[in-house]
Amino acid sequence: MRLLTHNMLSSNIRGVVNGFPLGIEAEKVVEREVELSAEFLRGVFPKIEWGALVAGARALGHPDLLPGEADASMLASDDFLRRFHRALLQLHVEEGALVCPETGRRFPINKGIPNMLLHEDEV
Amino acid sequence: MKLKHLEGLLGDLQQFSNPKVELEQYPTGPHIASRMIYTAENSFDDISGKVVADFGCGCGTLGVASSLLGAEHVVGIDIDPQSLEIASQNAEDLEVGINFIWSDIKNLKLRGPLVDTVVMNPPFGTRKKGSDMEFLCMALKVASRAVYSLHKTTTREHIKRTALRDYGAKSAEVLCELRFDVPQLYKFHKKKEVDVAVDLWRFVP
Repeated sequence: MRLLTHNMLSSNIRGVVNGFPLGIEAEKVVEREVELSAEFLRGVFPKIEWGALVAGARALGHPDLLPGEADASMLASDDFLRRFHRALLQLHVEEGALVCPETGRRFPINKGIPNMLLHEDEV
Repeated sequence: MKLKHLEGLLGDLQQFSNPKVELEQYPTGPHIASRMIYTAENSFDDISGKVVADFGCGCGTLGVASSLLGAEHVVGIDIDPQSLEIASQNAEDLEVGINFIWSDIKNLKLRGPLVDTVVMNPPFGTRKKGSDMEFLCMALKVASRAVYSLHKTTTREHIKRTALRDYGAKSAEVLCELRFDVPQLYKFHKKKEVDVAVDLWRFVP
């Protein structure tokens, strides 16, 4: 699971108000190289919740990969684009869990697939 | 990539080994899937360089097709773990990176603006009434560019009216009518193979 997917997901439990971002417990992280597209990164940047991406990279063992704050002017820098690309698209959580920030409920991740199924009393 | 080449690649994908009737699992055949995604890409520029979500991805055919045509990021969502396992294997076999989420579409909270395009072959709502509309409603909430979906031709007016009036779609257009071969997968199917007329829709949210 990429951090781009993490950036889309929030806790879906009934009654939870602040379900975003989900915490990440990463037990196994892998990196898969993919081609960098500056055009894609520039287009997607304004839609990304930056704080969630920074927290995600930290949880995956890369606390210094991204700056704490970012604005669109940084997209002119190749170094920034490479870091953003790596965090968003190359790092994957293979095993671990996502954690609801409000209730602490864990959603396990196995073979890269988060299990977001809810119990009957959570729907 | 040429249409024939795409169809050929999709033809090699593994399909459901034990389809589940309650989920109305019918494989999206390579003929329909390739035309659907090819049209989305070549007529509307909705695939390459985009974030695509495949709702009720089953064995992942539409998601894999989107990846093959250059989607930057593909998320496949399904409620059935066996399907997700096959879909993961299919993605691996064709060396495309897809993220999968194990979830019921109607209970999933996806942050809208990140998803450009939703592609789906939803349950037709024959066994469980309204499940096709649940998918469509969610898809129109999540997608920011377009939704591609297959629905039975007999429901055309209902789909159009509901999408425009209740789900806030800006447009709802039938791109073409296709024949969906439903092979005899289940015991209640009396005929060996049934041809169902389906519409390929493009909705703008």
